[in-house]
Formats: sequence, structure tokens, C-alpha cells
Amino acid sequence: MNNNAALQTEKDAQTEQNTEQYLTFCLAGEEYGINILKVQEIRGWSEVTPMPNTPASILGVINLRGTVVPIVELRSHFHLTSAAPGPTTVIIVVKAHDGKGNQRTMGVVVDAVSEVHNINGADIQPAPQIGDAADRPAVAGLATMEERMIIILDVDELLINGVLGLPDEQNAA
Amino acid sequence: MDLSEFLDVFLEECFEGLEVMESGLLNLDAGTDLEEINTIFRAAHSIKGGSAAFGFEHVSGFTHVMETLLDELRNGSRQVDRKTVDLLLASVDILKEMVEGLKTDETPDEERVTALKNALQAALAPPTGDKSTSNPAKEPAATKEQDIWTIRFAPHSGVFREGNDPLRIFEALAELGDLQAYTETEKLPSLAEFDPLNCYLSWDITLKGTLTEEKIRENFSWVGDNCKLDIHKLTSPADDQVPEIHAGTAAEIHNDTAPVSSAKEPAANKTSVQDTKPQANRESSSIRVSIDKVDLLINLVGELVITQSMLNQAGLHLMRRGGSESEALLNGLAQLERNTRELQENMLQIRMLPISMAFNRFPRLVRDLCNKMGKKVNLVLSGEQTEVDKTVLEKIGDPLVHLVRNSLDHGLETPETRLAAGKPEQGRLELSAQHESGNIVIRISDDGAGLDRHKILKKAMEKGLVSDKDELSDERIDNLIFQPGFSTADKVSDLSGRGVGMDVVKRNINDLGGTVSIQSHEGQGSTVIIRLPLTLAILDGQLASIGEDTYILPLISIVESLQIRQENLKSITGSTELYRFRNQYIPIIRLNQLLGNDAGTDDLEQGLLVVVEAEGQHAGLFVDKLQGQQQVVIKSLESNYQQLEGISGATILGDGRVALILDIPGLIHLFHRTGQQPAALAATS
Repeated sequence: MNNNAALQTEKDAQTEQNTEQYLTFCLAGEEYGINILKVQEIRGWSEVTPMPNTPASILGVINLRGTVVPIVELRSHFHLTSAAPGPTTVIIVVKAHDGKGNQRTMGVVVDAVSEVHNINGADIQPAPQIGDAADRPAVAGLATMEERMIIILDVDELLINGVLGLPDEQNAA
Repeated sequence: MDLSEFLDVFLEECFEGLEVMESGLLNLDAGTDLEEINTIFRAAHSIKGGSAAFGFEHVSGFTHVMETLLDELRNGSRQVDRKTVDLLLASVDILKEMVEGLKTDETPDEERVTALKNALQAALAPPTGDKSTSNPAKEPAATKEQDIWTIRFAPHSGVFREGNDPLRIFEALAELGDLQAYTETEKLPSLAEFDPLNCYLSWDITLKGTLTEEKIRENFSWVGDNCKLDIHKLTSPADDQVPEIHAGTAAEIHNDTAPVSSAKEPAANKTSVQDTKPQANRESSSIRVSIDKVDLLINLVGELVITQSMLNQAGLHLMRRGGSESEALLNGLAQLERNTRELQENMLQIRMLPISMAFNRFPRLVRDLCNKMGKKVNLVLSGEQTEVDKTVLEKIGDPLVHLVRNSLDHGLETPETRLAAGKPEQGRLELSAQHESGNIVIRISDDGAGLDRHKILKKAMEKGLVSDKDELSDERIDNLIFQPGFSTADKVSDLSGRGVGMDVVKRNINDLGGTVSIQSHEGQGSTVIIRLPLTLAILDGQLASIGEDTYILPLISIVESLQIRQENLKSITGSTELYRFRNQYIPIIRLNQLLGNDAGTDDLEQGLLVVVEAEGQHAGLFVDKLQGQQQVVIKSLESNYQQLEGISGATILGDGRVALILDIPGLIHLFHRTGQQPAALAATS
């Protein structure tokens, strides 16, 4: 009896190990998800200080309790139609690794946050290769939740390609 | 016990000790100073003790040999000469390598270590004077269980007549342990009154070893009651610092000894030996704190300053609405402002270190280079106590080395040339530092040959940096040496002359937000002047607005701000805009266009022109309007984003918004590179 209970707990733990929580948000009618462990906080929309000579998707920087944090507009990064910030527009502040061992903080502007889902790693399927794959390397895969498709984003990739510029540019600089 | 925790501290102490030794040894060049030798000895001793405790036998063994040699210098049995100092300096270098090796688990070249160790031992080999003083060879590496005894021995004047010889007593004592004796000669009468049969001397003795009071007393039994004898045991201190007894005159024990007769005197007054451990002036009451902790605090204080100014603004709004409480609030806010300001200033002080930490490598460097080049140079350092931020200090070291090397190599002449030119044989190289209006100014001046302007000009034309038609001021010619790839040295030496010096120096200094320039008089020498901000954490800024956005211009770059007058506006080929400023045509940089800010005005007469200077060039930055000046806390853009051309960082304003800090040289580069007005550069020169 005891044994069985232990076995059951172990099984649960195993499933739990593979299950991770994802924060989902809306962007031009599509639903995206990012690993919740990467999310530092969610802030309401606030004015951004623009920076010169940066890609259009970089809106600028904000003051996050004394730290200067760059803000990426995901709509424009994914070449979606841009929209003026509305009442539900928020900035999701995420922590990402830049591939060189540094952790950086950045904010992504999204239309609205929706909810937190438990998604098992096995349920995430790779995104089909359509068109120019290099254009959206930040897409880690697709998951289905309650008949809705959720696009899982890789935050680290998003940082490297969306904020820090292409690796080539890095080398040249 | 986990020793690794202490290893870092030990290594740091070692490096400090080595620095002390090096600077001490260099001071010995100037003249023998017992205090200095003691300082060096102590440093060596601490390293030896520490390394033995950690089990680094190669370090402790090597230091031991050095220490023996130093001890001979200390007790006067060996004269301080150049050869010995050179040998000791070389040993310090090897030791430094060894200690560095401990960090990385590498051992330095065995051969060199052994060679140097042998050289040290060879130097020790000739029999040296006084046996009675000390015998460091007996001293165990880690002095653990040793007691230190101080003995005051004042024999009656008739001690010789009794057939007693103090020297024999001392020799017997020396067999018991490590002995140091100091002769007191105060009672010696003038030569006329001097009776060679009387003993006028008394001694202070330090004996180190495992022994008992009886054993010591035994040795004095022959003298019996005919002396004042006082024996004290000092509790052996943990760090086994021997109380230093003036070790200098010990050799005298030999000289005045003659056996003679008797008289009686009761053993007497307790006169304890005073602990004359010399105050090492380098010791200060301080604690070691990791720089990260300090930076964290500084950041937090920066936050506090921002919060405070936000509160201040909110308070002012409330004040306008009136109300009885608003005054109390405002008073409180004013006090908060004062306190935060003081807190911030003091906080930044913590990071400030004296510039001597960058200067202290130069005595050695200059000495070595002079030896190599056969030049004679007197290095004068002044203002070493001037304080500057640690980061600035760390980054200024290399440029300074470059400049000093340059002065030695190109500036100062050989003794023969100097004599022929009617100058003193010994050249003079001066390094000075001082605070000037919120900046630190470092001057490196020599009385050498000065710059050869013809040569520079010729070279500059060869390189196409200037054209023959250019009428250049002397100052501008001199400063051409900061251009990339510029060297006028006839031959490339291993010191300098490859032309990759001065432009790197300039770039490094510019990166620190500083400026560098050179003044030179042919035949009389040259002076390099470096101007640096005191800290990289805050900046005196001028707030300027373009449209809705605020930008910060570093105050140090601003020459003047003026309203644009139509008659001074000129243009080249209809597109390049120039402004006539003090008989000079300077390019107008429209910041709103350069920074891509559409909101700013395009009408030149609506805005202001801020004349800035960078890299010897002037330019006019066109902005909408100027706001106040204030000190801003510099925040890095790179920590979360990346460097942007023309932007040196960001700060947070009182209303919580981020404002970008403009990097003037970067902006000018950006302006030229974007090719808006390429002709403008030529017109300014």
C-alpha cells in the first residue's frame, strides 16, 4: 500500500519534471508563451525613452527601479502590424542569457497577458519550416491548449537576435 | 580548517608586502635608512611566515635566503650597495612571479629561481662581522613555539676590572637562541674624562628561543650583583613580529671590551625595554571589503538620490496647492536632500584611492630603463595623495607607463648630449597629480629635448595627415603625435617607437572621459597633460531638450552655449552648415537629425547652439533648449543592451524617466561618418 503510494508520487514527480509553466500573452490575435521562470515581472505600459540608430523594434529604454532596460516591441519584431498601446498593453520584463554567460534584463511589449499553463515538454512540437526560418529563430515550438495553438518562444534567442543584433554585427563591432 | 578561504587574503598581503619591499629597496638607493631596511625586512618576514604556514616551501625557502641578506643589511654588518639592491630587486621580481604562480598553481622557472637563490647565497658567503648579533639561519621558518625575552643589562662601571667580559656573555646567549643586542652609549663621557678601564655601556638585548629565565640568568652569574639586570618575557605574538630593538649599533660590542676588576652594586630598578617597533607608516586602520559590495552600496545610494529628487518634485507640486502640512513636508524634503547628497559624496569617497597606487611603479621602471639606456634621470613624484576613483586608477596605469617610457626614450637625452647642450648631466622627469575643478590633472614633464616640430611636420605630410599648405600652430603640430601610427623615432627600440603608443594612450584616456595634450619647448623639454574625471560613477551634465526628450551633455566638453545669429550662419555648397565662432568656422550638427528625433525644431533661430570641443576640434550642437545643470548618476546601457555610437550611457532623471548621456567625440565621429557634411572637417583645421 505504502509502496504503491510511493510509486504513484514518483510517477507524479516524473511528469512534473517534464511539465513547465508557461505565461501566455496575445499579440495581434496570436497566442504566445514563454517559460515563466524567465519572467521577472509584468509592468503596465509606461513612456519609453527612444534611442538613436536602433532597429525599429527597439522602442527605447525604461527605468526599472534604477536599472536601464531596453524595450522590444514584439509586434514590430515579428513584422506584425503595429498598434498604439491600449489599456491592456503591458511590458513583460524577462531575464535572458546572451550566450556569453551574462544575464540581461529586457522588456517585451505585448497586447495583453492571458494566463499561465502547465505544458509538458512532450506536448511541444517543433514549428513547421515555412518560409524563411532564419526570420523567426526565437520560436521554440508549438503547443496546443484547449484547442488553441500557443507559440512557445525561446527568450534567450529573442534576446540575441532581437535585441543585441545579429551575431555578425557583434563581431564586426 | 579550510585554508583556501584565507589564501586570497594571504596572496593579497603578499603582493602588498612585495610592493613595500620594492619601494623600500628603491628608497635605499637614495641613502641607507635603517627604518627603511626594517620595513623591508618585516615585509619579507611576513611573507616567509605566511607562506610557511600555507606550506609553500619554495616561497618560504627563497624568502628565507633574502631575509638573511636583509638582516645583514639591517644589523650593519653589510653595507648597502647598488649590487645588493639590484640583487634584492631581482629577488622581489622572482618572488612576485612565485606568488602569482600560487594563484594559478604554476611554479616559475626552476632554473631562474635556483640561479637567483645561489646568487643570494653567494652574496652571503663572505664572512660577515658580528656573530653576537643574530643568526637568522637558525631561525626556524615558522616561528611557532618561541618566546621572546628582553634583557636589560647595565653592568657596573668596574665590570672589566673584575675580569668579566660582556662579549662572552653575549656569545653564550647567542647559542641559546636568536639574539639581538642594542648598545646604549649615552653614558659615554667626553674623551678627556674617558677612562678606558671603566665600562660606560649598557645593553638592551632581545633573545628569541625556547628557554627559561634561569638559563639566561646562569649566563650572567659571573657578573653577579655588579650589574643591573632585568629579564622579561614577552608573550610571543601570534604573527611573530619581533619587537625591533634599534639594531644598528650592535657591532660596538666588539670594540670596547677589556677585562678588569670589581665593585658592588645591588641589582636594581626595573627598567623594561620599551617596545620600539617602528610604526610602519603604510599601516592604516582599514578593513578589506570586496569592491562588489561597495558598488552595490553606491548603486543603492544612486537609487536613493533619484527617489529623493522624485519626492522633491512631488513636494513642489503639493506646495503649490498650499496647505498647512506642505511646509513641514518641504522642510523634511530639504533635509532629505542634504542627507542624501552627503551620503552619496561620502559613498563615492570609498571608491577613491590615492594616485600613488598608479605612481609607485615608476621609480622601479625609471631605474631599470635608465640602467638599460645609460641615461641618468631623477624622477620626482608629487601629489601622490591625490585621490581618484578606483576604476580610473586601474585604467590610467598603462597610458602612464607609455608616456613615461616615451619621455625616457625620446625626450631625455644621454648624459653626454645633455652636457654638450649645457644642461645638467642628470635629467629630470616629473610626475604630478592634482585636483583642478572637479577633475584630476596629471602632468608628466621632462627637461629633455622636446619635440622636433620639423620632423613631426615632415612625417605628418608623408602620412598625409596634413597638406603643405596648412598653416598649423605649434600646439597643433605637437598634438599630431597623438594621431594613429605616428612615430618619429629614428629607430624602433624595444621601449617605444613603433608608433602604436600615443594614439592608444589618447584613446584610453578618451574612453575614461578625459583629455590629453602635450606642450613642448624645443631643447627644454615637454609636458604631457592628462585631464580625467574624478569618478566614472557621476558626471556633471548639462540637460538639453530636443522635442519631448531630454539629453545630457557632459559639462566638461562644453565651450559655450549661444543663440544663433543669422549673420554668422554660413554654408558650403549650399548643404554644409557652418557657424562662425570666434573667427573659426565650426560645423553645425543638428542633433535632432543625428539622433533621429523628429520632434525637435528645424528652425535654427528657434534653438540654441552648444559649442563643444572634442579631440581638439570644435563643433556646434543644435538643440531646442537648455535646461539646468546637474550631477547625474551614470548607468550603463551595455549591462542590458549594447553600446551605441554617440551615447556614453544613460541616467535617470528626477521624474523617473531615462535620459541618454551624449558622447561628444562619438557624436562627431558619427556625424562625419554618416557623411552629411564631409567638407566641414577640412574647413575647421
